[in-house]
Amino acid sequence: MSAIAPDNTVTITVDGVPMKARKGDMLIRVTDANNVYVPRFCYHEKLPVAANCRMCLVEVEKAPKPLPACATPVAEGMVVHTRSVKAIAAQKSVMEFLLINHPLDCPICDQGGECELQDLAVGYGRDVSRYNERKRVVKDKNIGPLVSTDMTRCIHCTRCVRFGQDVAGIQELGTTNRGEHNEIGTYVERSVDHELSGNIIDLCPVGALNSKPFRYSARAWEMTQAPLVSPHDGLGTNVYGHVLRGRLMRVVSRRNDAINECWIADRDRFSYEGIYSADRLLAPRVREADGSWKEVEWGTALEATVQGFKAAAVVLSGVVAGASSTVEEYALLAKLAGALGITNIDHRLRQVDFSGDAQGVQPPSLGGAIADVDSLQALLVVGAHLRREIPVLAHRVRKAAMAGASVWFLNPAEFEHLFPVAGTIVAPPAQQLAELNALVVAAGGKPVGDAAAVTDHHRAMVEKLRGSERKAIWLGALAQRHPQFGALRAAAAALAEATGAQLGVLAEGGNAQGAWLAGCVPHAPGRAAGLNAAQMLSAPLDALLLWDAEPWADSLQTSALYALRGTKFVVAATPFASPELLEVAHVLLPIGTFAETSGTYVNLEGLWQSFAGAVQPVGQARPGWKVLRVLGNLFGLEGFEHLSSEQVRDELKALLARGSAPHTNGAGNVMVAPVSNMRVVDVPSYQIDAILRRATALQKTKEGRSAAVTYGAGARS
Amino acid sequence: MSAATGKAVLLNEHTRHEIDEYVARFPADRKRSAVLGALRFTQEQNEGFLTPELMDAVAEYLGLPPIQVYEVASFYSMFETHPCGRHHVSVCTNIACMLNGADDLVAYVEKKLGIKTGESTADGRIFLKREEECLAACTGAPMMMVDHLYHEHLTPARVDEVLDKLK
Repeated sequence: MSAIAPDNTVTITVDGVPMKARKGDMLIRVTDANNVYVPRFCYHEKLPVAANCRMCLVEVEKAPKPLPACATPVAEGMVVHTRSVKAIAAQKSVMEFLLINHPLDCPICDQGGECELQDLAVGYGRDVSRYNERKRVVKDKNIGPLVSTDMTRCIHCTRCVRFGQDVAGIQELGTTNRGEHNEIGTYVERSVDHELSGNIIDLCPVGALNSKPFRYSARAWEMTQAPLVSPHDGLGTNVYGHVLRGRLMRVVSRRNDAINECWIADRDRFSYEGIYSADRLLAPRVREADGSWKEVEWGTALEATVQGFKAAAVVLSGVVAGASSTVEEYALLAKLAGALGITNIDHRLRQVDFSGDAQGVQPPSLGGAIADVDSLQALLVVGAHLRREIPVLAHRVRKAAMAGASVWFLNPAEFEHLFPVAGTIVAPPAQQLAELNALVVAAGGKPVGDAAAVTDHHRAMVEKLRGSERKAIWLGALAQRHPQFGALRAAAAALAEATGAQLGVLAEGGNAQGAWLAGCVPHAPGRAAGLNAAQMLSAPLDALLLWDAEPWADSLQTSALYALRGTKFVVAATPFASPELLEVAHVLLPIGTFAETSGTYVNLEGLWQSFAGAVQPVGQARPGWKVLRVLGNLFGLEGFEHLSSEQVRDELKALLARGSAPHTNGAGNVMVAPVSNMRVVDVPSYQIDAILRRATALQKTKEGRSAAVTYGAGARS
Repeated sequence: MSAATGKAVLLNEHTRHEIDEYVARFPADRKRSAVLGALRFTQEQNEGFLTPELMDAVAEYLGLPPIQVYEVASFYSMFETHPCGRHHVSVCTNIACMLNGADDLVAYVEKKLGIKTGESTADGRIFLKREEECLAACTGAPMMMVDHLYHEHLTPARVDEVLDKLK
């Protein structure tokens, strides 16, 4: 909390204890800050005050009636009693009213054991109800595949309604009818489609809104809780995995005000279903001479891997990794490749243009702290379907925009942002660089290639960027999939320099920055440049290690399957045995997913977040770093003696601390190659990685049913 | 007048004109304040009740999420969200009217129209909305409200006269 200016400070007395508070702050914030508990249902720190549950009634001296602490501003000399006879009587009365229509079906309610109403009923409820009349019944709603409803249990706190209105930016739920018939719903049955909608499960203080996929599968008190980091985008969203008998049963949000506050995206919450997909690879397999698959011991499979790579030409050997592996896996992959002399290594599967590599550009980064996004005053986003790409970051941008920030987009289409947008330049992929260059010119910078005619629109944008104190320019996934990404990045860097804005590159995947830092790129410092992901997937190689990647879906190279079919030896370390993999691979090594390994993700602000994993990998699958460590031993290489993932991480950290080759900011002389196939593909949110593609509930949502859209010349959309 | 686009085309010119006049009474960024009025004009246009499509039309015309319109429409008793007759009739049965024979009056109206309270006549002419609680016209008891107009000192003959005039 920021320092309180002395003239704004008031002193109040709560239960006989004097407390300092900021004038006008709501009473409940003051008591919370001072660890005085006042019961509540409708109040939530991150939502606007509604004061409709009345559970937080407290006695304030000189006030004729008890006052709701959540909606009572503090004033100098206020004397408050939270536990007086009058206050407790008021709280107990409210509880009695709330329980009139509550079904008290706790034994069959999923919320049982983690229910705010249940908890408070223990403290404030009567042993026996005085209410003998009929309770009302509210018909359940169907609000989609993610959230289950039992609306009879609802106590009308309206947290879910306010979440829609003030956080999501689209109000899908509301309170219809009145009095006895008052209910929460969508009125007309429709699914709740927002990408953060699952948060209403966490917000609901009772069992009215619960997780549909998790329903009836475990009790809160029988599960253990393990901190995890979500692998689906570069934010490093903090989550908890809840585990029962060795199985990840559900994922809930873990509060971290510096990153995701208390919100997580639906894909962070429901992707765990994909971990237990039917095509999960349970044991190592080797392809027999007749082409059939045989389950083998780990030793046999790893030995086959070693032999296969030893038989291949080093220049025609490669490593293609997904963008959401741990830093430890990337570090060992890069170390293994380096020791074997393999320079063909990459993780940027959806990137098309690698011309920036020659410039030695920096690892992708937001360019500032995530928490500071809230207070940006001006932001230009180039090539991003923000809500789809990084939903929780989009929420922070929304907060900034609602506070008055000017947010612009340069996109191939007008997307729905749910916040006021200062302006959008809609340009087909072939014109995007020219439009960005027009901004560079308007700012007095050096454009990268041809610029479009500078209009007042461009000038206004630049003026605003210049005139603002806190400003940023971001390149999203649509920019990174652009055939001129290198030039776009250089132009954005030039604009950032000319206007003094931060440059951010919002790379895809949960650990793109980690992959770069660990050296999982073909142009890593200290070695000759090798083939990038697109090159490795465009023509057959001798030997290829696919590390948690499904190029036919993760890459935009239409030739990926053709290249893999032709590659003589394909080893796939993967959690899943997809039909494509069974067709092209020669050795399958089962590895654990993000919840089944210890490891570290580096988020886009450069924060290293280590986690211990929540569960053991299924079947004979092993954490990826262990597989690579043993593989290093079997290759007879030095330096693969790590006993824990922490040792791998610390080794990399020490390496980085010693300083690798300096990167430039990418504003050098970039070649702008004419590109004939000027297309950009917008991949739906739940298609971006292997786990999400297997998360059944997410696939049933509106976003899950949507298809990829291709923008640009001759595009099929 | 704003042009009607999307779902708002369901609102006719007259209704939109009425809504525009109503919206003008509030600050430009507070269009939500005009929901009540807008729904009233829309229900009038549709001869007595609102449909989800019409509520969506109002939402789109005012630039609000549809749920905010549903909330208001379902909260207030003067809005009907299910098909019903054109003219809304409700007889007061609160204490003053009851003492003056309101129960007999309700029975008479039901018999005359051949419907129960809460139902509409088959020709869609009259909707016998509800037994009203006190409408603050006790001096004229018994009374009934027809389309927001009060009719007091009722007798069966007077009821006939009022209801038969409804088109």
